[in-house]
Amino acid sequence: MSVLDFSYMAQLAPYLLTKLPITLGMASAGMLCALVLASLLAVIRVTRPPVLNQLTLLFISFFRGTPLLVQLFLFYYGLPQIFTSLVKVDGITATILGLTLHFSAYMAESIRAAIAGVDRSQTEAALSIGMTQGQLMRRIVLPQATRIAVPTLMNYFIDMIKSTSLAFTLGVTELMGATQKDASSSFMYFEAFLTVAIIYWVVVELLSRLQKMLEHRLNRAYAR
Amino acid sequence: MITLSRLVKTFGNSTVLDGIDLTIEKGEIIVVIGPSGTGKSTLLRCINMLETPDSGEISLNKLRIDFAKASRAEQLALRRNTAFVFQNYALFANRTARDNVAERLIVVDGWPRARAHARAMELLERVGLGDRGNAYPSALSGGQQQRVGIARAMAADAEVILFDEPTSALDPEWVEEVLGVMKQLASQRQTMMVVTHEMQFARDVADRVIFMEGGRIVEQGPPDQLFSDPKDPRTRSFLRKVLGTSA
Ligand SMILES: Nc1ncnc2c1ncn2[C@@H]1O[C@H](COP(=O)(O)OP(=O)(O)OP(=O)(O)O)[C@@H](O)[C@H]1O
Ligand SMILES: [Mg+2]
Repeated sequence: MSVLDFSYMAQLAPYLLTKLPITLGMASAGMLCALVLASLLAVIRVTRPPVLNQLTLLFISFFRGTPLLVQLFLFYYGLPQIFTSLVKVDGITATILGLTLHFSAYMAESIRAAIAGVDRSQTEAALSIGMTQGQLMRRIVLPQATRIAVPTLMNYFIDMIKSTSLAFTLGVTELMGATQKDASSSFMYFEAFLTVAIIYWVVVELLSRLQKMLEHRLNRAYAR
Repeated sequence: MITLSRLVKTFGNSTVLDGIDLTIEKGEIIVVIGPSGTGKSTLLRCINMLETPDSGEISLNKLRIDFAKASRAEQLALRRNTAFVFQNYALFANRTARDNVAERLIVVDGWPRARAHARAMELLERVGLGDRGNAYPSALSGGQQQRVGIARAMAADAEVILFDEPTSALDPEWVEEVLGVMKQLASQRQTMMVVTHEMQFARDVADRVIFMEGGRIVEQGPPDQLFSDPKDPRTRSFLRKVLGTSA
Protein backbone atom coordinates (compact mmCIF):
# COMPACT_ATOMS: atom_id res chain seq x y z
CA MET A 1 0.00 0.00 0.00
CA SER A 2 1.48 3.28 -1.05
CA VAL A 3 1.26 6.65 0.73
CA LEU A 4 -1.20 9.22 -0.53
CA ASP A 5 0.01 11.15 -3.52
CA PHE A 6 -0.44 14.66 -2.12
CA SER A 7 0.98 16.43 -5.14
CA TYR A 8 -1.70 14.83 -7.31
CA MET A 9 -4.35 15.96 -4.87
CA ALA A 10 -2.94 19.50 -4.72
CA GLN A 11 -3.06 19.63 -8.48
CA LEU A 12 -6.53 18.12 -8.78
CA ALA A 13 -8.20 20.32 -6.16
CA PRO A 14 -7.92 23.66 -8.03
CA TYR A 15 -9.27 22.02 -11.17
CA LEU A 16 -12.20 20.54 -9.26
CA LEU A 17 -12.92 23.91 -7.66
CA THR A 18 -13.58 25.31 -11.13
CA LYS A 19 -16.53 22.88 -11.27
CA LEU A 20 -17.91 24.02 -7.93
CA PRO A 21 -20.02 26.77 -9.54
CA ILE A 22 -21.87 24.13 -11.58
CA THR A 23 -22.59 22.11 -8.44
CA LEU A 24 -23.66 25.11 -6.40
CA GLY A 25 -25.53 26.59 -9.35
CA MET A 26 -27.64 23.46 -9.81
CA ALA A 27 -28.28 23.25 -6.07
CA SER A 28 -29.23 26.94 -5.78
CA ALA A 29 -31.52 26.85 -8.81
CA GLY A 30 -33.07 23.63 -7.53
CA MET A 31 -33.52 25.13 -4.08
CA LEU A 32 -35.17 28.30 -5.35
CA CYS A 33 -37.60 26.41 -7.60
CA ALA A 34 -38.25 23.86 -4.85
CA LEU A 35 -39.01 26.63 -2.34
CA VAL A 36 -41.59 28.18 -4.64
CA LEU A 37 -43.17 24.85 -5.52
CA ALA A 38 -43.08 23.59 -1.93
CA SER A 39 -44.74 26.77 -0.61
CA LEU A 40 -47.48 26.31 -3.16
CA LEU A 41 -47.95 22.65 -2.24
CA ALA A 42 -47.90 23.53 1.46
CA VAL A 43 -50.60 26.18 1.05
CA ILE A 44 -52.69 23.62 -0.83
CA ARG A 45 -52.16 21.13 2.00
CA VAL A 46 -53.22 23.72 4.57
CA THR A 47 -56.26 25.07 2.72
CA ARG A 48 -57.26 21.70 1.18
CA PRO A 49 -59.05 22.71 -2.00
CA PRO A 50 -60.92 19.58 -3.24
CA VAL A 51 -59.13 18.21 -6.32
CA LEU A 52 -55.80 20.00 -5.94
CA ASN A 53 -55.34 18.55 -2.49
CA GLN A 54 -55.61 14.96 -3.75
CA LEU A 55 -53.26 15.69 -6.64
CA THR A 56 -50.78 17.24 -4.23
CA LEU A 57 -50.91 14.20 -1.97
CA LEU A 58 -50.26 11.97 -4.97
CA PHE A 59 -47.36 14.15 -6.08
CA ILE A 60 -45.78 14.16 -2.64
CA SER A 61 -46.25 10.43 -2.22
CA PHE A 62 -44.63 9.65 -5.58
CA PHE A 63 -41.61 11.90 -5.22
CA ARG A 64 -40.94 10.78 -1.67
CA GLY A 65 -41.57 7.15 -2.50
CA THR A 66 -39.07 6.75 -5.33
CA PRO A 67 -35.27 7.21 -5.43
CA LEU A 68 -33.94 10.50 -6.75
CA LEU A 69 -31.69 8.61 -9.19
CA VAL A 70 -34.72 6.85 -10.70
CA GLN A 71 -36.48 10.21 -11.03
CA LEU A 72 -33.45 11.75 -12.75
CA PHE A 73 -33.27 8.90 -15.27
CA LEU A 74 -37.00 9.23 -15.83
CA PHE A 75 -36.65 12.91 -16.72
CA TYR A 76 -33.41 12.64 -18.68
CA TYR A 77 -33.89 9.42 -20.63
CA GLY A 78 -37.59 8.73 -20.30
CA LEU A 79 -39.40 12.00 -20.91
CA PRO A 80 -37.76 12.84 -24.27
CA GLN A 81 -39.06 9.53 -25.62
CA ILE A 82 -42.61 10.59 -24.86
CA PHE A 83 -42.39 14.30 -25.56
CA THR A 84 -40.14 14.54 -28.56
CA SER A 85 -39.74 18.29 -28.10
CA LEU A 86 -37.78 17.52 -24.93
CA VAL A 87 -34.98 15.82 -26.85
CA LYS A 88 -32.78 18.79 -26.12
CA VAL A 89 -33.12 18.63 -22.34
CA ASP A 90 -29.55 18.66 -21.10
CA GLY A 91 -28.24 17.00 -18.00
CA ILE A 92 -28.12 20.19 -15.98
CA THR A 93 -31.75 21.08 -16.69
CA ALA A 94 -32.88 17.53 -15.96
CA THR A 95 -30.97 17.58 -12.68
CA ILE A 96 -32.49 20.90 -11.60
CA LEU A 97 -35.93 19.60 -12.54
CA GLY A 98 -35.37 16.39 -10.62
CA LEU A 99 -33.99 18.13 -7.54
CA THR A 100 -36.88 20.60 -7.62
CA LEU A 101 -39.62 18.00 -7.75
CA HIS A 102 -37.94 15.58 -5.38
CA PHE A 103 -37.06 18.06 -2.68
CA SER A 104 -40.24 20.10 -2.97
CA ALA A 105 -42.15 16.99 -1.95
CA TYR A 106 -40.16 16.87 1.29
CA MET A 107 -40.02 20.61 1.84
CA ALA A 108 -43.78 20.98 1.35
CA GLU A 109 -44.27 18.87 4.44
CA SER A 110 -41.92 20.93 6.61
CA ILE A 111 -43.43 24.18 5.35
CA ARG A 112 -46.92 22.81 6.04
CA ALA A 113 -45.86 21.89 9.57
CA ALA A 114 -44.30 25.33 10.03
CA ILE A 115 -47.51 27.04 8.88
CA ALA A 116 -49.48 24.88 11.29
CA GLY A 117 -46.98 25.88 13.97
CA VAL A 118 -47.86 29.57 13.69
CA ASP A 119 -50.17 30.44 16.56
CA ARG A 120 -53.86 30.53 15.65
CA SER A 121 -54.16 33.93 17.35
CA GLN A 122 -52.03 35.43 14.56
CA THR A 123 -54.59 34.41 11.95
CA GLU A 124 -57.48 35.64 14.08
CA ALA A 125 -55.88 39.02 14.64
CA ALA A 126 -55.25 39.36 10.92
CA LEU A 127 -58.83 38.41 10.08
CA SER A 128 -60.20 40.75 12.72
CA ILE A 129 -58.63 43.79 11.07
CA GLY A 130 -60.13 42.74 7.76
CA MET A 131 -57.24 41.14 5.92
CA THR A 132 -58.03 38.69 3.14
CA GLN A 133 -56.76 35.10 3.29
CA GLY A 134 -54.04 35.96 0.78
CA GLN A 135 -52.88 39.01 2.73
CA LEU A 136 -52.72 37.22 6.03
CA MET A 137 -50.78 34.32 4.52
CA ARG A 138 -48.30 36.58 2.76
CA ARG A 139 -47.78 39.17 5.46
CA ILE A 140 -48.30 37.37 8.76
CA VAL A 141 -48.33 33.58 8.56
CA LEU A 142 -45.67 32.76 5.94
CA PRO A 143 -43.02 35.10 7.39
CA GLN A 144 -43.47 33.49 10.79
CA ALA A 145 -43.56 30.01 9.31
CA THR A 146 -40.30 30.80 7.52
CA ARG A 147 -38.59 31.35 10.82
CA ILE A 148 -39.81 27.97 12.04
CA ALA A 149 -38.91 26.24 8.76
CA VAL A 150 -35.49 27.72 8.06
CA PRO A 151 -33.38 25.19 9.99
CA THR A 152 -35.05 22.24 8.26
CA LEU A 153 -34.95 23.91 4.86
CA MET A 154 -31.24 24.64 5.23
CA ASN A 155 -30.72 20.95 5.94
CA TYR A 156 -32.54 20.12 2.72
CA PHE A 157 -30.31 22.58 0.86
CA ILE A 158 -27.23 20.83 2.20
CA ASP A 159 -28.75 17.52 1.21
CA MET A 160 -29.44 18.94 -2.22
CA ILE A 161 -25.84 20.03 -2.72
CA LYS A 162 -24.71 16.50 -2.04
CA SER A 163 -27.42 15.10 -4.29
CA THR A 164 -26.15 17.12 -7.26
CA SER A 165 -23.37 14.53 -7.46
CA LEU A 166 -25.92 12.23 -9.10
CA ALA A 167 -25.84 14.57 -12.11
CA PHE A 168 -22.65 12.85 -13.26
CA THR A 169 -24.82 9.87 -14.23
CA LEU A 170 -26.52 12.21 -16.72
CA GLY A 171 -23.16 13.20 -18.17
CA VAL A 172 -22.83 16.51 -16.37
CA THR A 173 -19.25 17.41 -15.55
CA GLU A 174 -19.87 18.87 -12.12
CA LEU A 175 -17.68 18.15 -9.09
CA MET A 176 -18.31 14.44 -9.05
CA GLY A 177 -18.27 13.99 -12.84
CA ALA A 178 -14.98 15.85 -13.13
CA THR A 179 -13.46 13.73 -10.38
CA GLN A 180 -14.65 10.53 -11.98
CA LYS A 181 -13.15 11.53 -15.34
CA ASP A 182 -9.82 12.55 -13.88
CA ALA A 183 -9.56 9.44 -11.73
CA SER A 184 -10.23 7.11 -14.61
CA SER A 185 -7.21 8.46 -16.49
CA SER A 186 -4.87 8.90 -13.51
CA PHE A 187 -6.01 5.68 -11.77
CA MET A 188 -5.56 7.46 -8.45
CA TYR A 189 -9.08 6.72 -7.34
CA PHE A 190 -8.50 7.04 -3.65
CA GLU A 191 -6.79 10.42 -3.88
CA ALA A 192 -9.33 11.73 -6.35
CA PHE A 193 -12.42 10.78 -4.37
CA LEU A 194 -10.81 11.84 -1.11
CA THR A 195 -10.17 15.25 -2.64
CA VAL A 196 -13.74 15.66 -3.80
CA ALA A 197 -15.02 14.41 -0.46
CA ILE A 198 -13.03 17.09 1.32
CA ILE A 199 -14.39 19.75 -1.01
CA TYR A 200 -18.00 18.71 -0.34
CA TRP A 201 -17.24 18.55 3.35
CA VAL A 202 -15.77 22.04 3.53
CA VAL A 203 -18.65 23.51 1.53
CA VAL A 204 -21.20 21.87 3.82
CA GLU A 205 -19.32 23.00 6.92
CA LEU A 206 -19.28 26.59 5.70
CA LEU A 207 -22.99 26.38 4.99
CA SER A 208 -23.67 25.03 8.46
CA ARG A 209 -21.92 28.06 9.90
CA LEU A 210 -24.02 30.30 7.69
CA GLN A 211 -27.12 28.43 8.84
CA LYS A 212 -26.30 29.13 12.49
CA MET A 213 -25.80 32.82 11.75
CA LEU A 214 -29.04 33.01 9.81
CA GLU A 215 -31.03 31.33 12.57
CA HIS A 216 -29.50 33.63 15.13
CA ARG A 217 -30.48 36.63 13.04
CA LEU A 218 -34.04 35.46 12.48
CA ASN A 219 -34.51 34.76 16.16
CA ARG A 220 -33.00 38.01 17.32
CA ALA A 221 -35.77 39.96 15.60
CA TYR A 222 -38.70 38.43 17.40
CA ALA A 223 -37.74 35.55 19.61
CA ARG A 224 -40.44 34.08 21.81
CA MET B 1 -75.61 52.98 15.92
CA ILE B 2 -75.32 49.23 15.65
CA THR B 3 -78.34 46.96 15.73
CA LEU B 4 -78.19 43.22 16.18
CA SER B 5 -81.33 41.21 15.81
CA ARG B 6 -82.25 37.60 16.47
CA LEU B 7 -78.61 36.52 16.45
CA VAL B 8 -78.26 32.74 16.71
CA LYS B 9 -75.01 30.80 16.88
CA THR B 10 -74.67 27.06 17.34
CA PHE B 11 -71.63 24.83 17.68
CA GLY B 12 -72.66 21.31 16.72
CA ASN B 13 -75.92 20.77 18.57
CA SER B 14 -75.34 23.27 21.35
CA THR B 15 -76.94 26.67 20.89
CA VAL B 16 -74.42 29.14 22.24
CA LEU B 17 -76.26 32.34 21.29
CA ASP B 18 -79.99 31.96 21.45
CA GLY B 19 -81.53 34.94 19.70
CA ILE B 20 -79.66 38.04 20.82
CA ASP B 21 -81.24 41.46 20.21
CA LEU B 22 -79.07 44.42 20.96
CA THR B 23 -78.70 48.04 20.03
CA ILE B 24 -75.45 49.87 20.62
CA GLU B 25 -75.67 53.65 20.50
CA LYS B 26 -72.86 55.72 19.10
CA GLY B 27 -70.44 56.60 21.90
CA GLU B 28 -71.97 54.09 24.25
CA ILE B 29 -69.82 52.06 26.65
CA ILE B 30 -71.31 48.62 27.23
CA VAL B 31 -69.93 46.08 29.66
CA VAL B 32 -70.98 42.45 29.31
CA ILE B 33 -70.84 40.17 32.33
CA GLY B 34 -71.96 36.62 33.00
CA PRO B 35 -70.81 33.16 34.01
CA SER B 36 -68.21 31.22 32.07
CA GLY B 37 -69.37 29.47 28.90
CA THR B 38 -72.35 31.75 28.49
CA GLY B 39 -71.47 32.99 25.03
CA LYS B 40 -69.95 36.40 25.83
CA SER B 41 -66.85 35.84 23.72
CA THR B 42 -68.90 34.25 20.99
CA LEU B 43 -71.15 37.31 20.87
CA LEU B 44 -68.19 39.66 20.37
CA ARG B 45 -66.65 37.29 17.83
CA CYS B 46 -69.89 37.19 15.85
CA ILE B 47 -70.01 40.98 15.67
CA ASN B 48 -66.44 40.96 14.26
CA MET B 49 -67.37 37.89 12.19
CA LEU B 50 -64.55 35.83 13.57
CA GLU B 51 -67.43 33.39 13.98
CA THR B 52 -70.15 33.10 11.39
CA PRO B 53 -73.56 33.19 13.05
CA ASP B 54 -76.21 30.72 11.89
CA SER B 55 -78.78 33.45 11.49
CA GLY B 56 -79.67 36.95 12.50
CA GLU B 57 -78.98 40.41 11.20
CA ILE B 58 -76.68 43.27 11.92
CA SER B 59 -76.92 46.83 10.74
CA LEU B 60 -74.08 49.23 11.14
CA ASN B 61 -73.85 52.51 9.24
CA LYS B 62 -75.03 51.72 5.75
CA LEU B 63 -74.20 48.04 6.14
CA ARG B 64 -77.10 45.65 6.60
CA ILE B 65 -76.04 42.06 6.75
CA ASP B 66 -78.15 38.95 6.94
CA PHE B 67 -75.76 36.52 8.59
CA ALA B 68 -77.40 33.47 7.06
CA LYS B 69 -76.31 34.61 3.61
CA ALA B 70 -73.42 36.98 4.22
CA SER B 71 -71.12 37.30 1.22
CA ARG B 72 -67.36 37.40 1.54
CA ALA B 73 -67.42 41.12 0.75
CA GLU B 74 -69.94 41.76 3.52
CA GLN B 75 -67.86 39.72 5.92
CA LEU B 76 -64.78 41.81 5.14
CA ALA B 77 -66.76 45.04 5.38
CA LEU B 78 -68.08 44.10 8.81
CA ARG B 79 -64.64 43.11 10.06
CA ARG B 80 -63.19 46.36 8.83
CA ASN B 81 -65.84 48.38 10.63
CA THR B 82 -65.44 46.62 13.97
CA ALA B 83 -62.21 46.25 15.92
CA PHE B 84 -61.22 43.50 18.33
CA VAL B 85 -58.97 43.48 21.38
CA PHE B 86 -58.00 39.95 22.34
CA GLN B 87 -57.53 38.47 25.78
CA ASN B 88 -54.09 37.16 24.76
CA TYR B 89 -53.20 40.41 22.89
CA ALA B 90 -52.53 38.48 19.65
CA LEU B 91 -50.03 41.02 18.39
CA PHE B 92 -48.33 40.10 15.12
CA ALA B 93 -45.11 38.51 16.32
CA ASN B 94 -43.24 39.47 13.15
CA ARG B 95 -44.11 43.15 13.40
CA THR B 96 -42.84 45.89 15.68
CA ALA B 97 -45.29 47.74 17.91
CA ARG B 98 -45.54 50.52 15.33
CA ASP B 99 -46.07 48.11 12.46
CA ASN B 100 -48.71 46.19 14.38
CA VAL B 101 -50.72 49.38 14.50
CA ALA B 102 -49.85 50.51 10.96
CA GLU B 103 -50.50 47.13 9.35
CA ARG B 104 -54.18 47.59 8.77
CA LEU B 105 -53.82 51.18 7.59
CA ILE B 106 -51.37 50.03 4.92
CA VAL B 107 -52.88 46.72 3.89
CA VAL B 108 -56.59 47.25 4.36
CA ASP B 109 -57.01 51.01 4.00
CA GLY B 110 -54.25 51.50 1.44
CA TRP B 111 -52.53 54.39 3.21
CA PRO B 112 -49.05 55.39 2.09
CA ARG B 113 -46.46 53.81 4.37
CA ALA B 114 -45.11 57.06 5.82
CA ARG B 115 -48.53 58.39 6.72
CA ALA B 116 -49.54 55.07 8.29
CA HIS B 117 -46.35 55.02 10.36
CA ALA B 118 -46.94 58.57 11.56
CA ARG B 119 -50.51 57.72 12.53
CA ALA B 120 -49.35 54.55 14.29
CA MET B 121 -46.84 56.52 16.36
CA GLU B 122 -49.53 59.02 17.24
CA LEU B 123 -51.74 56.20 18.53
CA LEU B 124 -48.87 54.57 20.43
CA GLU B 125 -48.26 57.96 22.01
CA ARG B 126 -51.87 58.02 23.16
CA VAL B 127 -51.55 54.66 24.90
CA GLY B 128 -48.30 55.78 26.49
CA LEU B 129 -45.93 53.82 24.28
CA GLY B 130 -44.50 56.55 22.09
CA ASP B 131 -41.00 55.33 22.92
CA ARG B 132 -41.58 51.64 22.16
CA GLY B 133 -42.48 51.85 18.48
CA ASN B 134 -39.52 49.78 17.35
CA ALA B 135 -39.95 47.02 19.93
CA TYR B 136 -41.15 43.59 18.89
CA PRO B 137 -44.02 42.14 20.95
CA SER B 138 -41.70 39.62 22.61
CA ALA B 139 -39.76 42.51 24.12
CA LEU B 140 -42.85 44.10 25.69
CA SER B 141 -44.58 43.36 28.98
CA GLY B 142 -48.12 41.99 28.94
CA GLY B 143 -49.52 45.40 29.81
CA GLN B 144 -47.55 47.06 27.04
CA GLN B 145 -48.60 44.40 24.54
CA GLN B 146 -52.24 44.89 25.39
CA ARG B 147 -51.89 48.66 25.03
CA VAL B 148 -50.42 48.08 21.56
CA GLY B 149 -53.41 45.81 20.95
CA ILE B 150 -55.71 48.68 21.87
CA ALA B 151 -53.78 51.11 19.66
CA ARG B 152 -54.12 48.62 16.80
CA ALA B 153 -57.87 48.52 17.38
CA MET B 154 -58.00 52.32 17.49
CA ALA B 155 -56.27 52.55 14.12
CA ALA B 156 -59.29 50.99 12.49
CA ASP B 157 -61.38 54.03 13.35
CA ALA B 158 -64.07 51.41 13.76
CA GLU B 159 -67.72 51.87 14.63
CA VAL B 160 -67.11 49.87 17.81
CA ILE B 161 -64.14 48.38 19.61
CA LEU B 162 -64.85 44.94 21.06
CA PHE B 163 -62.80 43.96 24.12
CA ASP B 164 -62.78 40.28 25.12
CA GLU B 165 -61.48 40.13 28.69
CA PRO B 166 -58.61 42.50 27.90
CA THR B 167 -57.06 42.24 31.35
CA SER B 168 -57.69 38.59 32.23
CA ALA B 169 -54.37 37.29 30.95
CA LEU B 170 -52.36 40.07 32.58
CA ASP B 171 -50.22 39.86 35.69
CA PRO B 172 -52.01 41.97 38.32
CA GLU B 173 -49.34 44.67 38.15
CA TRP B 174 -50.29 45.54 34.54
CA VAL B 175 -54.07 45.60 34.90
CA GLU B 176 -54.41 49.22 35.95
CA GLU B 177 -52.42 50.68 33.06
CA VAL B 178 -54.61 48.84 30.57
CA LEU B 179 -57.84 49.83 32.30
CA GLY B 180 -56.49 53.38 32.36
CA VAL B 181 -56.13 53.43 28.59
CA MET B 182 -59.64 52.03 28.23
CA LYS B 183 -61.05 54.69 30.55
CA GLN B 184 -59.35 57.37 28.55
CA LEU B 185 -60.91 55.94 25.37
CA ALA B 186 -64.28 55.85 27.08
CA SER B 187 -63.98 59.49 28.09
CA GLN B 188 -63.52 60.33 24.41
CA ARG B 189 -66.80 58.53 23.75
CA GLN B 190 -65.30 55.78 21.64
CA THR B 191 -68.08 53.21 21.26
CA MET B 192 -66.97 50.14 23.19
CA MET B 193 -68.32 46.75 24.14
CA VAL B 194 -66.28 45.14 26.87
CA VAL B 195 -66.49 41.63 28.27
CA THR B 196 -64.77 41.75 31.65
CA HIS B 197 -64.73 40.53 35.21
CA GLU B 198 -63.54 43.94 36.40
CA MET B 199 -66.71 45.02 38.18
CA GLN B 200 -65.22 48.27 39.39
CA PHE B 201 -64.46 49.22 35.79
CA ALA B 202 -68.07 48.42 34.90
CA ARG B 203 -69.36 50.64 37.70
CA ASP B 204 -67.03 53.52 36.85
CA VAL B 205 -67.17 53.53 33.09
CA ALA B 206 -70.15 51.66 31.66
CA ASP B 207 -73.25 53.38 30.41
CA ARG B 208 -74.97 50.04 30.37
CA VAL B 209 -74.20 46.64 31.84
CA ILE B 210 -75.51 43.51 30.16
CA PHE B 211 -75.84 40.28 32.11
CA MET B 212 -75.78 37.18 29.92
CA GLU B 213 -76.48 33.59 30.79
CA GLY B 214 -77.11 30.53 28.66
CA GLY B 215 -76.72 32.38 25.38
CA ARG B 216 -79.29 35.05 26.22
CA ILE B 217 -79.34 38.56 27.56
CA VAL B 218 -81.00 38.08 30.93
CA GLU B 219 -80.94 41.63 32.19
CA GLN B 220 -79.44 44.98 31.32
CA GLY B 221 -79.35 48.48 32.65
CA PRO B 222 -77.17 51.30 33.97
CA PRO B 223 -74.51 49.98 36.36
CA ASP B 224 -76.01 51.69 39.42
CA GLN B 225 -79.31 50.01 38.89
CA LEU B 226 -78.00 46.61 37.78
CA PHE B 227 -75.46 46.27 40.56
CA SER B 228 -77.60 47.62 43.40
CA ASP B 229 -81.03 46.44 42.37
CA PRO B 230 -80.84 43.46 40.00
CA LYS B 231 -84.29 42.20 39.01
CA ASP B 232 -83.58 38.68 37.85
CA PRO B 233 -82.66 36.01 40.41
CA ARG B 234 -79.92 34.73 38.08
CA THR B 235 -78.33 38.18 37.97
CA ARG B 236 -78.57 38.42 41.73
CA SER B 237 -76.94 35.05 42.29
CA PHE B 238 -74.14 35.82 39.79
CA LEU B 239 -73.41 39.18 41.40
CA ARG B 240 -73.46 37.65 44.85
CA LYS B 241 -70.77 35.24 43.67
CA VAL B 242 -68.49 37.81 42.04
CA LEU B 243 -69.01 40.70 44.46
CA GLY B 244 -69.30 38.75 47.69
CA THR B 245 -72.20 39.96 49.85
CA SER B 246 -72.52 43.48 48.49
CA ALA B 247 -75.35 42.69 46.06
N1 LIG C 1 -65.08 26.98 18.34
C1 LIG C 1 -65.93 26.38 19.20
N2 LIG C 1 -66.34 25.12 18.97
C2 LIG C 1 -67.20 24.49 19.79
N3 LIG C 1 -67.72 25.05 20.88
C3 LIG C 1 -67.36 26.32 21.19
C4 LIG C 1 -66.45 27.03 20.37
N4 LIG C 1 -66.25 28.26 20.91
C5 LIG C 1 -67.01 28.29 22.01
N5 LIG C 1 -67.67 27.14 22.19
C6 LIG C 1 -68.62 26.84 23.27
O1 LIG C 1 -69.57 27.86 23.30
C7 LIG C 1 -69.91 28.17 24.63
C8 LIG C 1 -69.75 29.65 24.87
O2 LIG C 1 -68.39 29.97 24.80
P1 LIG C 1 -67.83 31.43 25.01
O3 LIG C 1 -66.36 31.36 24.86
O4 LIG C 1 -68.55 32.37 24.13
O5 LIG C 1 -68.22 31.71 26.51
P2 LIG C 1 -67.80 32.92 27.44
O6 LIG C 1 -69.05 33.46 27.98
O7 LIG C 1 -66.90 33.83 26.71
O8 LIG C 1 -67.00 32.18 28.61
P3 LIG C 1 -65.71 32.64 29.42
O9 LIG C 1 -66.19 33.58 30.50
O10 LIG C 1 -65.20 31.37 29.98
O11 LIG C 1 -64.78 33.28 28.46
C9 LIG C 1 -69.04 27.32 25.52
O12 LIG C 1 -69.80 26.21 25.95
C10 LIG C 1 -67.93 26.87 24.62
O13 LIG C 1 -67.49 25.59 25.00
MG1 LIG D 1 -64.85 34.33 26.85
